Amino acid sequence: MARNLGGFLVLFLAIAICEAASIFQPISDSHRSAALELFSPTDGSFGSLEDTYEALRTFEILGIKKRPDISTASCQSVSETLGSSTSSLKDVFHALKVNNILKCKVNDETFQGVAKRLKAVLNDASSLLDFYYSIGSLVLIKDQNSEVDVLLHDADGVFRSIKALSQSDGRWRYSSNNPESSTYAAGLALEALAGTVSLASSEIDQSLIVTLKNDIVKLFDSIEKYDDGSFYFDEKLVDAREHQGPLSTTSSVVRGFTAFASVTSGIHFLDVLPKSVDVGNYKFVFEIVLHDSEDKNVYATGGQTQVPVFVTGLIKIDNAEIAVLDSDHGSVETQKKLDLAGENAVSLSANHLQKLRLSFRLATPRGNIFKPHQAFLKLRHETKVEHIFVVGNSGKQFEIILVKFLGSTDFLGLVEKFFYLSGRYDIELTVGDAVMENSFLRAVGHVELDLPEAPEKAPRPPPLAVDPSSRYGPKAEITHIFRSPEKRPPQELSLAFLGLTLLPLVGFLIGVSFFY
Amino acid sequence: MVKTTSKDTQALFHSLRSAYATTPTNLKIIDLYVVFSVFTALIQVVYMAIVGSFPFNSFLSGVLSCIGTAVLAVCLRIQVNKENKEFKDLPPERAFADFVLCNLVLHLVIMNFLG
Repeated sequence: MARNLGGFLVLFLAIAICEAASIFQPISDSHRSAALELFSPTDGSFGSLEDTYEALRTFEILGIKKRPDISTASCQSVSETLGSSTSSLKDVFHALKVNNILKCKVNDETFQGVAKRLKAVLNDASSLLDFYYSIGSLVLIKDQNSEVDVLLHDADGVFRSIKALSQSDGRWRYSSNNPESSTYAAGLALEALAGTVSLASSEIDQSLIVTLKNDIVKLFDSIEKYDDGSFYFDEKLVDAREHQGPLSTTSSVVRGFTAFASVTSGIHFLDVLPKSVDVGNYKFVFEIVLHDSEDKNVYATGGQTQVPVFVTGLIKIDNAEIAVLDSDHGSVETQKKLDLAGENAVSLSANHLQKLRLSFRLATPRGNIFKPHQAFLKLRHETKVEHIFVVGNSGKQFEIILVKFLGSTDFLGLVEKFFYLSGRYDIELTVGDAVMENSFLRAVGHVELDLPEAPEKAPRPPPLAVDPSSRYGPKAEITHIFRSPEKRPPQELSLAFLGLTLLPLVGFLIGVSFFY
Repeated sequence: MVKTTSKDTQALFHSLRSAYATTPTNLKIIDLYVVFSVFTALIQVVYMAIVGSFPFNSFLSGVLSCIGTAVLAVCLRIQVNKENKEFKDLPPERAFADFVLCNLVLHLVIMNFLG
């Protein structure tokens, strides 16, 4: 439990790096359904092992329990990949990752064979990806099968070989003959180094770890910031080979950094989530307070970091019922149970002397009472006139609404508000909150209202709202109509007459020349 | 009867021509100029009759320019003619200057009207 919570905190810190100032959006059902849509298996598998791992890991993180059943096909693919001596390192790595989630039955010999092969690869590996895949695979084998000997006897040597690929700015090269350095590769390298440390049969040289920590600090110099204050890592060379986007680069660095931090105990886990934490918005405030008052003379402390945290959960809805009451005695005339998690289609009828009561109770997973930000009841008449009521909560009977079609006091009030419109009203209930994963907007049913005839001076229902798209929507496209050009005579005719008009002038000139 | 008529016409033309031969050269040149202008105008009218009056402005400017200049030439002829005692004191240079000036004004207007 403590380890899990610790893991969560690391996750939170990682999120805090990425989302420092932005509003953190909690995971909701829409994310889950999007993930299920994105990863839909064909013929019982997701294609390659890498895709399978991505899908399974996404389901795991989003907490999707009803994932498609792909274990048969995937497990077969896993054992084939691990059993074959020709499968590529990358496939072995992803097969082990898939196995980590699916827990397929792989026998010890297979693991031993793979471990032996990986160690052989590691001995003469030169590129970062070879290191990353083989060490990552060994770490996974270590987690999945404790029988297999995966310890590295020359961990220092492996560590130095990986470190040799690092650059002075904290980034890494993919191989020694490739001058391009990459932030994404730095994340991979950190993860590989963390694996090396955890696989080491004897303690790693501390000086190596100290230099690596310096590298990490340098890497953080290149951190960038979005306009909303979120930090991210990105590649400096955008056109570099194997370019990754900022999201995967950041994720690679954070993964490497947390993996490294967890094996070198450079990070302190705060195991502080108390039992009383329930769904809601929290703010983690980090502040340094010196334990020893004498230390105040030695150290200066300051600064405060606040991290907003959402704890979301499924809210239990029970005791949902809708009832029509007699106003005078409060006696129940009709009462219907509602299942707000599913579909409802209650039909009620009431007149202006009665009340409608809708009540439900919301409880957090820990059983505490939950008050959502929004709880609205909407009544919509056939003529599309809508009435919205805020569902209030009162005393013990949490979240009650009493819509009085008529109370002795507000007779005119509500009947007038309904514009004396009798007929069928559809009932819609909205309950929503940012931390409520199952926020809903649900049609409950309808109520047939029998209201008195409208007096002469009764207010008229407002005219229906104009469809905004008709007013502000795009107008029909105007095609400019040009005037059709006037008919012109054939060019020859015009030129002939041009010559003809010049003829009198020629005649005049000839005539004049006669006189001189 | 017909013969006599043609003879008479011939005689008439002959007398007209011999009478016109005595007209001074400068007046003859002006006459020629008037004829030239009127013919140019006529050709434009014929063109309009064939093709249509589409650029009506242009047609009007062309025709009016010709008619206008013909009228001005007639005025010049009146002033320059020695037999017109009325303009006896007016030197022909002055009359020509008037003619040029009026033409300038006329054609400025025409150019504006041309569109």
